[in-house]
Amino acid sequence: MPKTRNDKLQGTLNLLVLRTLEARGSLHGYGLSEHIQAVSDELLQVEEGSLYPALHRMEQDGWISSKWEITDKGRKAKVYSITARGRKQLADEHETWERLTRGVARVLKYT
Amino acid sequence: MSRYSRWQNVFRSERLNSELDDELQHHLAQAAEDLIASGMSEKEARSAARRRLGNYGLQKERTRDMNIAAWLDSLRADLAYGVRQLKSSPGFAAIAIASLALGIGANTAIFQLVNAIRLKALPVKNPHELALIDFEDGSTRFGAWFNDDAVATYAEWDQIRAQQQAFSGILAWGRTRFNLVNGGEPRYAQGLYVSGDFFRVLGVNAVLGRTLTAQDDTKTCNAGAVLSYPFWQREFAGDSAVPGRTVSLNGFAVPVIGVTPESFFGLEVGSQFDIAVPLCTDPLMDPDHIGRSGMPAGYWLSIMGRLKPGWTVKRATAHLHTISPGIMQATLPPVYSPVVAKGYLANRLTALEGSTGLSGLRTQYERALWLLMAITGLVLLIACANLANLLLARATVREPEIAVRLALGASRGRLIRQLLAESLLLAIAGTVAGISLAIVLSRALIAFISPAGNPVFVDTRPDAEVLLYSVAMAMLTCVLFGLAPALRSSHLSPAAAMRSGGRSVTAGREHFGLRRILVTTQVALSLVLLFGALLFVRSFRNLLTTDPGFQAEGLLALNVDFAKANYSVERRRAFNSDLAGRFSLLPGAVGVSQVAFTPIGGSSWSDMVGADNAIAENSGNLVDFNVVSPGYFRTMETRFIAGRDFNDRDRLTSPKVAIVNQAFAHRLFGGANPIGHTFRYTAEAGKTAPSYQIIGLVANTKDRQLREDFRPIAFFDTDQDENPGATTTFVIRMSGSPARLMNGARTAIASVNPSIGIEFRPLSAQLKESLLQESLMATLSGGFGFLAASLAALGLYGVMAYMVAKRSNEIGVRIALGADRAGVIRLILREAVLLLAAGMIAGAAFAWWAGKEAATLLFGLQPRDISTLAGAMLLLAIIGLLAGYFPARRAGTLDPAAALRTT
Repeated sequence: MPKTRNDKLQGTLNLLVLRTLEARGSLHGYGLSEHIQAVSDELLQVEEGSLYPALHRMEQDGWISSKWEITDKGRKAKVYSITARGRKQLADEHETWERLTRGVARVLKYT
Repeated sequence: MSRYSRWQNVFRSERLNSELDDELQHHLAQAAEDLIASGMSEKEARSAARRRLGNYGLQKERTRDMNIAAWLDSLRADLAYGVRQLKSSPGFAAIAIASLALGIGANTAIFQLVNAIRLKALPVKNPHELALIDFEDGSTRFGAWFNDDAVATYAEWDQIRAQQQAFSGILAWGRTRFNLVNGGEPRYAQGLYVSGDFFRVLGVNAVLGRTLTAQDDTKTCNAGAVLSYPFWQREFAGDSAVPGRTVSLNGFAVPVIGVTPESFFGLEVGSQFDIAVPLCTDPLMDPDHIGRSGMPAGYWLSIMGRLKPGWTVKRATAHLHTISPGIMQATLPPVYSPVVAKGYLANRLTALEGSTGLSGLRTQYERALWLLMAITGLVLLIACANLANLLLARATVREPEIAVRLALGASRGRLIRQLLAESLLLAIAGTVAGISLAIVLSRALIAFISPAGNPVFVDTRPDAEVLLYSVAMAMLTCVLFGLAPALRSSHLSPAAAMRSGGRSVTAGREHFGLRRILVTTQVALSLVLLFGALLFVRSFRNLLTTDPGFQAEGLLALNVDFAKANYSVERRRAFNSDLAGRFSLLPGAVGVSQVAFTPIGGSSWSDMVGADNAIAENSGNLVDFNVVSPGYFRTMETRFIAGRDFNDRDRLTSPKVAIVNQAFAHRLFGGANPIGHTFRYTAEAGKTAPSYQIIGLVANTKDRQLREDFRPIAFFDTDQDENPGATTTFVIRMSGSPARLMNGARTAIASVNPSIGIEFRPLSAQLKESLLQESLMATLSGGFGFLAASLAALGLYGVMAYMVAKRSNEIGVRIALGADRAGVIRLILREAVLLLAAGMIAGAAFAWWAGKEAATLLFGLQPRDISTLAGAMLLLAIIGLLAGYFPARRAGTLDPAAALRTT
């Protein structure tokens, strides 16, 4: 059963991370934050302070996995990739998000 | 990550740490690189990347905490740190652990007793299905009671068993004691007469041989004895061939048929049965073959049943109500007069929750024990307040350290955890020591409340409830004394704390606020305990010094049992006066008299009495009776007020005479001289009771217990007793050594008939034993009160000493500027007085309110006794002022130069 978290922003960060990893294969933490920022046309800035606790928790929950790699610049980096369980969670959180935005949009439109 | 590798994390914290560092460092390096690429200088880029990530240490810690049992690891670290902290101040640790151990130990010991006496279910199969059967309160029953808590006569039991439908099985039992030796001084075993179904209904099986069955309890009665496990071990050394051997009960050889399991002590909490025999043996053991079963109004049985599936106690009660009239009709004792009979027929039976069995011990001690639990709880609270104070002082010393750690980015939660870990260690050590202490203490308590020769049996082996209780205690105390200091330290503002670590002239008020509250609480609580202690000590002293109306010191009671001699009634009368003559010739015997019931001896005979020609039955005058020989009042040293003693002319055939006490004269004749008046007690159906003429008036004496108001008593003459029993009690006034007199009495008896049993009881010991509960309360509450006051004084001393140390700069300045030393002492003492006064006002209010809880346990004084409260306050004030004086004197003798130089 997928875990849902009440904290909306936290949920959003999970969604963003999972979606990015699904699209881009494996990435390290810094790469993730840069990618999200770039893809969202600088609209979204990942709170770097929350990123690593979130990554480690998602790893504990089994949604993502990690391994150590040497980057092309010769640095040791921990790269994350999405797991099967993570994909399920992503689908779930995606749907929740869609519902939320649809709902909010309707309210904004008709009230 | 697999579960295994998660757990691995706990044991490779160093590696986890360095991996986290690697990851975060990589992030910083990448970010800095990008910034440099966008044109920032290398130095700026690094610090910008750093700023964007935020508090590095906190980040690392939060990330780390996401890793499973990383917190487990940090807990281990916190505990190790706590151990180091405690090791560095062993004195503090020792005081803390000792005071906690005392508090928790005392508390757990009392709880063990409460649990064993009140809460624990009987050691039988499905105890919650059991219900006791009793008469409803206010029932009309007259007769002979063989136990205080007996419920039914044999006839009533027989009818209830035959008519009830509510229980799948029903059982009855009666307490007794069996003499294991023939003649001479008795050795008693705790006996039970049980109905045949007793063991089957309870679901108690034999560990050896068999238990009794319904076939053992019939008219033909093949008596067989079931032994308890401890008795089997003690008397038969655990011989596995014991079924087939015999045991001698009151001189009858009874074959042993089996042994019960070790856990089964009977149905009465507080005693351990030794031998159980079927109910049908009761008349067989009576020399007259009537026994208690044969008495129409002999109350000696308790009844219990196992509810049928689906039945509740309430439904069983309703059922018993409906069958009650039939049972009363069938069991109406023929001796009842019409008035009493009418009341008896209206009696109703009821069912009561029975899973915890019966207990005289419970009735006697339950209230005292709950009160003691409250007392020990307060002591524990005071100890906690003391510890909190000590920890606060330590926390203040560590303020600069904590401030530095906060400034370096330690999270508050982690700091609180670290400080609580230290408290937790103290609590655990205190609890472990406390539990060991409790085991010793509860044994000592049981020994304390055990009358000589009849040890109280209570199963106090620590069980799950007791352990759970002490663990809860530990947690509670840990939070109580540890949380406040920990919370406070972590709310320091680093900047302020570091500043105040430096030089300051006066100590801030906020430093003392919490500690003042704690000390005030301690003073208040210890006042309550001291007040309680004084109440109980005074009440006990009142009882010890109360005049019972006779001189107990130097009186020996002597029980002679000649049931085995098979004397006729005439022979018994002659035998008694022969014995009295022999005893009075013994060296050291000043006076010898015969008495049916020794005062405060546990048994009595009472009935309604009508003055002159008034009808006794509805007079409402309940009077105790006793049967004594001439000279009894001289032997007891009871004051003779008017009239004459019994003498030789009062024979069996002469008019019945009686001597009454003042309470009797007051109740029946309004205080007028009763001599010459007559009275009757209730008549048996179809007979008229004899009329007794009052010939003497004696001073009041305590009859059943020392606590009572004087009861009306009428004394009859043994020479006019138509039916002397096969046992006699003598009281002997002694001069000199009791041992010599006892030896003489033994020889005298043995020379008459060696099969006669004899038993000695000094009356003063009997009086003391009747005060066991009061003595327990006085001793324990006194001890705890003293402990509480000492702890409070210690707390006050600590706060005052600490305050003087903190304010030494200020005091130095004052003295340097010319303040006189007496003024300084006054300044500090005023603080102590304020704390004391605040605590005492709160405590007095609390004590006033709590006093009523003790009301029923007190004798000769009111629970809201002003002089006792004043005494407690005075005592506490003296102790408190002493505790405050020493720091104040130190402040007064400060060398200003030294005080100003050192900080």
